Formats: sequence, structure tokens, C-alpha cells
Amino acid sequence: MSETQQITRLTMPKWGLTMTEGTVVQWLVGEGEEVSKGDEIIEVESEKINNAVESPASGVLRRHVAQEGDVLPVGGLLGVIADASVPDSEIDAFVEGFRESFVPQEEEAVSSEPETVEVDGREIQYLKMGEEAATPLILIPGFGGDINIFVFNQQTLSAERPVYAIDLPGHGGSSKDVDGGDLAFFVRTVAGFMDALGIERAHLAGHSMGGLVAAAFALEHTDRVVSLTLISSAGLGEEINGDYVEGFIAANRRRQMKDVLGLLFANPELVNRQLVNDVLRYKRLDGVDNALRTIAENLFPGGHQANVLDLGSLRVPVLAVWGSEDAIVPVSHTENLPEGARVEVIGGSGHMSHMEEAGRFNRIISGFLSEAER
Amino acid sequence: MARSITFMQAINEALAQEMERDERVIVMGEDNAGGAGAPGEDDAWGGVMGVTKGLYQKFPGRVLDTPISESAFIGAAAGAAASGLRPVAELMFVDFFGVCMDQIYNQAAKFRYMFGGKAVTPLVIRTMYGAGIRAAAQHSQSLYPIFTHIPGLKVVVPSNPYDAKGLMIASIRDDDPVMFFENKVLYATEGEVPEEPYEIPLGEAEYVREGDDVTIVAIGRMVQMAQEAAEALADEGIECEIVDPRTTSPLDTETIFESVENTGRLVVVDESNPRCSLAADICAQVAQELFDDLEAAPKMVTAPHTPPPFSPVLEDLYVPDAERVAAAVREVTGAGAKA
Repeated sequence: MSETQQITRLTMPKWGLTMTEGTVVQWLVGEGEEVSKGDEIIEVESEKINNAVESPASGVLRRHVAQEGDVLPVGGLLGVIADASVPDSEIDAFVEGFRESFVPQEEEAVSSEPETVEVDGREIQYLKMGEEAATPLILIPGFGGDINIFVFNQQTLSAERPVYAIDLPGHGGSSKDVDGGDLAFFVRTVAGFMDALGIERAHLAGHSMGGLVAAAFALEHTDRVVSLTLISSAGLGEEINGDYVEGFIAANRRRQMKDVLGLLFANPELVNRQLVNDVLRYKRLDGVDNALRTIAENLFPGGHQANVLDLGSLRVPVLAVWGSEDAIVPVSHTENLPEGARVEVIGGSGHMSHMEEAGRFNRIISGFLSEAER
Repeated sequence: MARSITFMQAINEALAQEMERDERVIVMGEDNAGGAGAPGEDDAWGGVMGVTKGLYQKFPGRVLDTPISESAFIGAAAGAAASGLRPVAELMFVDFFGVCMDQIYNQAAKFRYMFGGKAVTPLVIRTMYGAGIRAAAQHSQSLYPIFTHIPGLKVVVPSNPYDAKGLMIASIRDDDPVMFFENKVLYATEGEVPEEPYEIPLGEAEYVREGDDVTIVAIGRMVQMAQEAAEALADEGIECEIVDPRTTSPLDTETIFESVENTGRLVVVDESNPRCSLAADICAQVAQELFDDLEAAPKMVTAPHTPPPFSPVLEDLYVPDAERVAAAVREVTGAGAKA
């Protein structure tokens, strides 16, 4: 299965720790059509969510090796991309060679698993990916979210630097006690996390409430922040979808939760049963309901944001990424950013642009982080 | 953090965490302390299968060994529940309910109703059911339909360790009497279970597997049989949806109907005897509510209408297995000969 410069394989991606196989939903590009590197080429369904796989190279999509409805292990051959000049016989030989030598990865071979570290007496769960000796990136999820929301981003971004995704207190696998549940508490937690892991300076990227935490951290500890990325972030204006916040707290049944989670995406169809089940499993843990209510009362009282930050004095590069259809925090909040902040609005995606348009999102972040380091 | 533990450990952990959280929670039954607390008996049995092992050492005085008199200690547990404790009593095998049924169905199940809501009865009765361990007709029956029939009782039949823990915690926190059915063959089954306490609401079914061709409703251990059958049927191009009701009272008919509306076909797998079983009940409700959506007559897969046999050969034939489930699915999908 030697890969030449002319022939590139398109394989089943691995989205998240638990993914071992994926189902082909549909081809987005026909056999014989030209593709550019980064084009969405095929839609794949994992047990969590559907997403598009991007072309790893430019050329012609010569073969649909996998057909719609096929279930392939991670790393299995979906298709073949090659220049139009490569003869069919070579493509056939390549596919044949792949089939003969391909061995699905064993589940045990998973390289990174979540770890925990104690911060101020609480267990904080985090996932580290990437070993490069470079300034790390810390990803901070939002209200009700956990490290899994970065499933389409973390691995890609870790090619250039270590990337940590953390579960804030009250969330994911971290302790459910949130103290007063105010902004200062979360800022202290992030500082304590960096201290505990010996991270002096980092790029911070936060989604929604996690963006608020990242921004507040940057204001207080500017010397520890290399750059700040705000993804559909709280903290830039008063409006927030109070029905979402309340609905998320109240939902304890699949159907309610599916409707509430649908608000996060431009295309609510992306919410499948597994995603709903995972969120319900989290919400049913003792202490979560209390944690979420405490946080909401502090940060989003009466369906408004209590903390609107002035980032005008902030002397670090700022990037804001927003989905044009964001139904939780309005895209108009990007207007409140200081001059010089870079703003990227991703059309056709909602509050979860990092999941809905992962490829584009990753390229934007990756470019921004590299520039910020110059 | 979740880790892999057994069905038995999941129940033990639920009991320990609730006893830790709420001092009104007590555990009682034959050999539940297993003599622990007596001289030389510090690591004793915790019930006949060891489910309550270790609890006495953590909560001395709150794990009670009882005489071999179900009528006495189930009655005592009902009374304790009505007067402020939250007892978890172990009726070793559900086959023994005959000697304590009045305490369950005519006392505990009636208190809330007859006292106009002024009394609550937060009682959990843990009990083993099911064939498969060569324990013969008096220790192998699947009698949850009898309790499902009685208003005022909640009935829980978990199929895996994750559900067992969350449903046990919900049962203990519930203010009504709950019959908690544990299939003895499932005790060694392992699965991912969070360390933290959590509740699964009573009355919420779970989709175990999604599919468009046929709905299999499977109860307790039968979920495993349905999963095995679904794997085999997938290779034949038949996609099964498996619904695990998790509790038979309340029964989540909404989820069952939702699934059958989509598939148009129903097979119910129930380890009990067929007459007046959960299988009969679910088939009847679906036939009544969704007759126009059905593409084929609903099909029951149950034990035969006999007591569980002592002969190992016959016992193995008695419990529904994956092959029988698959045959029923082929029949309702028109893919096989009439079984």
C-alpha cells in the first residue's frame, strides 16, 4: 500500500477516543471529478455525529472504494485521489495492495486518554494531544460542554503544538462542585490548571462560556496568554438565548434534550440519539443539576449575560470565530470586539461551527496561532 | 470517570453510595450481613450471591440479617418505609413471594392511595429472577409480570451494569415501593459505569440499537439475546431496532410506539411464561394503538407455559435465545418460514 506522490488514499477518520468505525452516509464528489485539498469529499457518520471528510490532496477522485451505507474501521480505505494521468491499472493495484496489507487498529492502541489533575481540591479532567515542543493551546468548552466538543479539532491542531482540552468544574469528568459558580472561580481554575501542569504561557481558545472564561483570564493574566480565540463566545454583549440555558438545565428526557441541542446547530439533524444520550448521562450525575443552576444564576441571570468584558486594553492577538446562524450568542457581538481583532464568520453554521465546519475552522485557527507566534 | 465493573458490583456500589448519602437507607434480608459483626465473621457473605458483601463493615448497624421468614421481614420493611426509613429488603428469589405477597401488594402498594397521599412508602425489594443456573422450578421463574399488574408498585428490570446502578439509586430515592428484579445470570456481566452516583428516571426506555426494519422490545437478560440476534440479522440485511423498557411499571409506551411507528414490525422478547406476560401486554397495546402502522402481526418470544425444568438440556431450551429471536424477526419481516 505504498502511497506515491501521484496516488493519495482517503481513509476513515478517527473522531474522538471511542470511534472505532464509521458509516458512509454519502459521497459529495462523484468519481472522476476534480477536488482540491480541503474540499469536503464524503459524509461520514460516527456513533456521535455526522461530518464531512475533507480531501487530503488535490487531484481527481478516481475511485469510490467504499459505497454509501458501508461500515469501515478507522483507517479503512474510502477512496483514492490521483492525477488524471495515472493509469487505471495503477489505481486498481493500489486499492488491491491496500486491501491486502490493511490491519484495523486495535482499540488498545489509542494513544491519548483523558487524565485528571487536582486544582484547588477539585479533580480537573483534561485530554492532551500532541508532543511538539511549542507553545501549547488550551481549549475550554462552554456551558454544559466537555472535552468531546473538540473531537473534530484537537487532533488536527495538535500536529503543530500540544493541545489540552479541559473539563471545567461542574462539567464532563471534573468535580461537580463549582464553589460560587462565578467568573472569578473559573479564571482561578484555569490558572490553577496551568500551574499544576507547569504551563507558563499558552494560546487560549474558548467556546461560548469557555470563551468568556478565556477572555477574563487574558485580562487578568495577560502575560500568560500568547493569543486568545473566542468561538461563539459569551462575554461580548448582554444577549444570550435564555431559553437554551433554561432548556438545557430542565431537559431530562431524550425528546426535550434533542430539541434543546438542536438549537446549537444550523442543521438540527446533526443531533443524533448517541449525542443526546451522552448529554443525558452527564446531566444525570449527582451534582450536575446544582452546578449548572449555580453557574447560570451567576453568569446568565434572567436570560442575560452578567459579564460583558471590555477587551479594548488587551494586548494579545484576538480571533473571533462565529457561525452566521448562531442561535445562542448573536453573531452581532463580534462588533463589540476591539479594533485589530480578527473576525471570521462561518456561513451556514450555528453555535458549533468548530463541529459543523471543522475543516474550515481548523485552518482558520491554525493560521491564526502561527501568526500570533511570529 | 467511568470504569468497567460487573452488574453485581454496580448494584453494590449504588447501595453503598445511597447509604453514605442518606442515613435513612438500610439494607435487610437473609444473610445480607452474612454474620458479619459476629465474632470471626468480618468477611462474611452478603446475601446468597454476595451482592451486599462489604456493606456491613462500612455501615455497621444498618445491614440487618433477618430470620428465614419473608412474611416477617418484608412486612417489617414495609412498616419501616411507612414510618421514615428507606429500606432495601432482599427477597432472595422472587419465587418466594407467595409467603409475603400481602405485605407487598395489599399493604405497601396501597398506603399512598388509601391514606390520601399522606403516607409514602419508600421501599425497595431486591429480588433475583430467571432461569439458567440449574436451580429448578422453585428458584428460576421470571415473575415480574405479576408485580407489573399491581397499581402502586413500580417494577424495574435492568439489563446491564450502567442501568442497574442508576435505576437502583432512582429506586431508593423514589417515594413509592419498587420491585427491583436482578437476573442472576447477569451478575458477572461487565460494563462501563461512572464512579459518581446518578439516577436513571423510572419509566424511560432506552434505544439499545437503531434500525428501520423491525422493533425488538427485550426485557432484562433478553436484551443480550436480542443483540446477538440483531448482529446475525444485520448480515442478512435486516436492521433491528432494540428497545429496552428498563422498567415494566411505569412502561415507556411512548418510546415503544415511536419505534414501531417507524418500523411497522414488533417482536417482544420476555423470559416469563407467555400468558399475561409483558410480551402479551406490549403486543396488545401496540395492536390497539398502532394497528394501521403494522405491516405484520406482532410476535412474542417467551418461555413456554411450563415451570422452568430441572433438566439442564430442557432448561437451555426453555429460555429464549438469539436463534429464536432471529426466527421471529425473519417471520415478521417475511424473510423466513413460519416458525
